[in-house]
Amino acid sequence: MEAVFRTCPVTGLKVERNAETLVMFNAVTSIVFLLVGGLLALLLLLTRWQAVHLLPADFFYRLLTLHGIAMLVAWIVFFEMAVLYFASAILLNTRLSVPYLAWGQYGLMVIGAAITAVTILLGKADVMFTSYVPLQAHHMYYFGIILFAVGAILGVCVFFATLGAARAEKTYVGSVPLVTFGAIAAAIIALLTLAHGAIVFIPTWLWALGIIPMMDPEVYRVLFWGFGHSTQQINVAAMISCWYLLGTLTVGSVPVSEKFSRSAFTLYVLFICIASEHHLLVDPGISTAHKEWNTGYFMHLAVLASMMHAFSVPAAVEVAQRKKGYTKGLFEWLKRAPWGDPGFSSMVFSVVGFGFLGGITGVIYGTEQLNIIVHNTLRVPGHFHATVVIGTTMAFMGITYYVLPLIFRREVMFPGIAKLQPYVFGIGMFVFSTAMMFVGGFGIPRRIWDITGAEAPFPVAYGPTADLALAVMAVGGLLAIVGGGMYILVAVATVAIGKKINR
Amino acid sequence: MSIFIPEKHWWRDPLDKDEKVWLAIALTTSIVLTLAMPWWHVTQKQNPSSEYYKIKPETFDAATDRFIQEFGEKDESGAIKQEGGIDVVAPPAGDIFVRGQQFKWSPVLKLKKGAAYRIHLSSIDVLHGFSVQPINMNFEAVPGYDYVLKVTPTTSGVFNIVCNEFCGIGHHTMVGRIYVD
Ligand SMILES: [Cu+2]
Repeated sequence: MEAVFRTCPVTGLKVERNAETLVMFNAVTSIVFLLVGGLLALLLLLTRWQAVHLLPADFFYRLLTLHGIAMLVAWIVFFEMAVLYFASAILLNTRLSVPYLAWGQYGLMVIGAAITAVTILLGKADVMFTSYVPLQAHHMYYFGIILFAVGAILGVCVFFATLGAARAEKTYVGSVPLVTFGAIAAAIIALLTLAHGAIVFIPTWLWALGIIPMMDPEVYRVLFWGFGHSTQQINVAAMISCWYLLGTLTVGSVPVSEKFSRSAFTLYVLFICIASEHHLLVDPGISTAHKEWNTGYFMHLAVLASMMHAFSVPAAVEVAQRKKGYTKGLFEWLKRAPWGDPGFSSMVFSVVGFGFLGGITGVIYGTEQLNIIVHNTLRVPGHFHATVVIGTTMAFMGITYYVLPLIFRREVMFPGIAKLQPYVFGIGMFVFSTAMMFVGGFGIPRRIWDITGAEAPFPVAYGPTADLALAVMAVGGLLAIVGGGMYILVAVATVAIGKKINR
Repeated sequence: MSIFIPEKHWWRDPLDKDEKVWLAIALTTSIVLTLAMPWWHVTQKQNPSSEYYKIKPETFDAATDRFIQEFGEKDESGAIKQEGGIDVVAPPAGDIFVRGQQFKWSPVLKLKKGAAYRIHLSSIDVLHGFSVQPINMNFEAVPGYDYVLKVTPTTSGVFNIVCNEFCGIGHHTMVGRIYVD
């Protein structure tokens, strides 16, 4: 197949048609899932807000399962496939290797996600995103996830094949760019993670089919989190690559020290996959020494990596701004930053939300003794909505404002809405996540339809402060849903009817 | 720039003073955090238990039934008293049983302040979450594992056991009770 290239007039990068098409397909599909997950979020929020209590119980649990799959799996992984193709073929000025495999990735992931989603909607898989055995879903639920994961593995293979081809064909000399380096870290973690996914989901699928006996529930939990938590580390590595990318695109920042940033990515690869036992700190079946070794030593080397990026990403922006002449006082560089550029403001929300709200609470909650008061309360989703939504999702949203003109070659529609979008979404999510963690402090469980014990043998009450905090959480959540809607509106309108940029 | 090939070899790129200082701060923080857990475990009193035994769900179920028979509170007719449809048990200090199942915690426990108990926690079907409210202490109940929690109540009052691990459509109806006096 002949590779067809065009040259991007903004970055000077050579863009190949196959790579471009696959970035577009994966990005658009991810946004479709974001829309689905967002609508579900609205229904779930209005149910958890005890004063409204919208959905009936079975629908709540069903749609909560789908919300997890649509957001944490489909939206994020489809977008990551776009990031991988961009960071390999486009940043290295090369063609996408084995494009038919890349189409296989796309096809399998779409079919897999659809099978799982339909199975959930038919009421055959009310098991939550974690699907802990012995709670059993219909076998098609696991089958869909396996197809999706195989698709994702193909995508990672295409990424590595493209890197190899670029090196063999000498489309670049020296080291790959930092963003590609970060994507490599994400891809290596993805392979390790997806292997855990296969170890946990293939036997569970066979069990659901009645072919083999059930896995031990605690073994399942260990293996599941080897997959489930590590997938979040793919997100972290991909998100941080996006921070560096956005720094360059928005203010022209240059990494202050390539060695510093790249060493931090390497730490993720080495240590983050193993640090998944903080999900199991109050479980039987694992010794204290094992729990502490795993969550202490390994996790904090990954935390070290995050702290290094938390320094070097803002430092790169500061250096770039000072070079432009914004040198007055300590903070002129920050004041004169492009706050009206949604790519920039999204990045700032992402860095601050991930670091301060998500990261710090994660470290605290992952402490063995403190986990006793945290485990399975609303503190947990409060924490990961800060990391995955404010962190990863906002980084991806910020990238979208550049993908639209550079890859889709269309002018961003409704620039006024686009400018405001990160603020509405970001502030909404900050209020939502903070309030959710606060509510969790009262001991209110996650994943529960009713907290009053109305249908239970004994009534439960958490007090008026908790009720008020739930209302604050709802208001923050509603604001974030409006902000999410603004993002989807801008993205979909631009792709569908945005003015073509002729180049 | 982050999207272009680095000009010189990045490994030879020296670190700035600022970066070295930050690295030292970050590394110190990480080491302190790493040591905090074992330090706390050795010096403080509130730690998750690491005592557990593998047990068949049927065996645990039968052990809980025996426990209820032995220490159940009886009415005048000799039948075990119930609250909310659940047997009520007033055990002495020592080994006691809490059984999770879809969608019930049993038995209802009447405990004494200051007495030392060993709670045997497990499930006979799917996973459940043992969440004692309002003191907010949370542990996982896993079928096949007898998780032993050493507990000495220090305050009297009424406590709920809320299930906080999703266990099926009736999950929110799974509330048990502990009385301490
Ligand atoms: Cu339960």
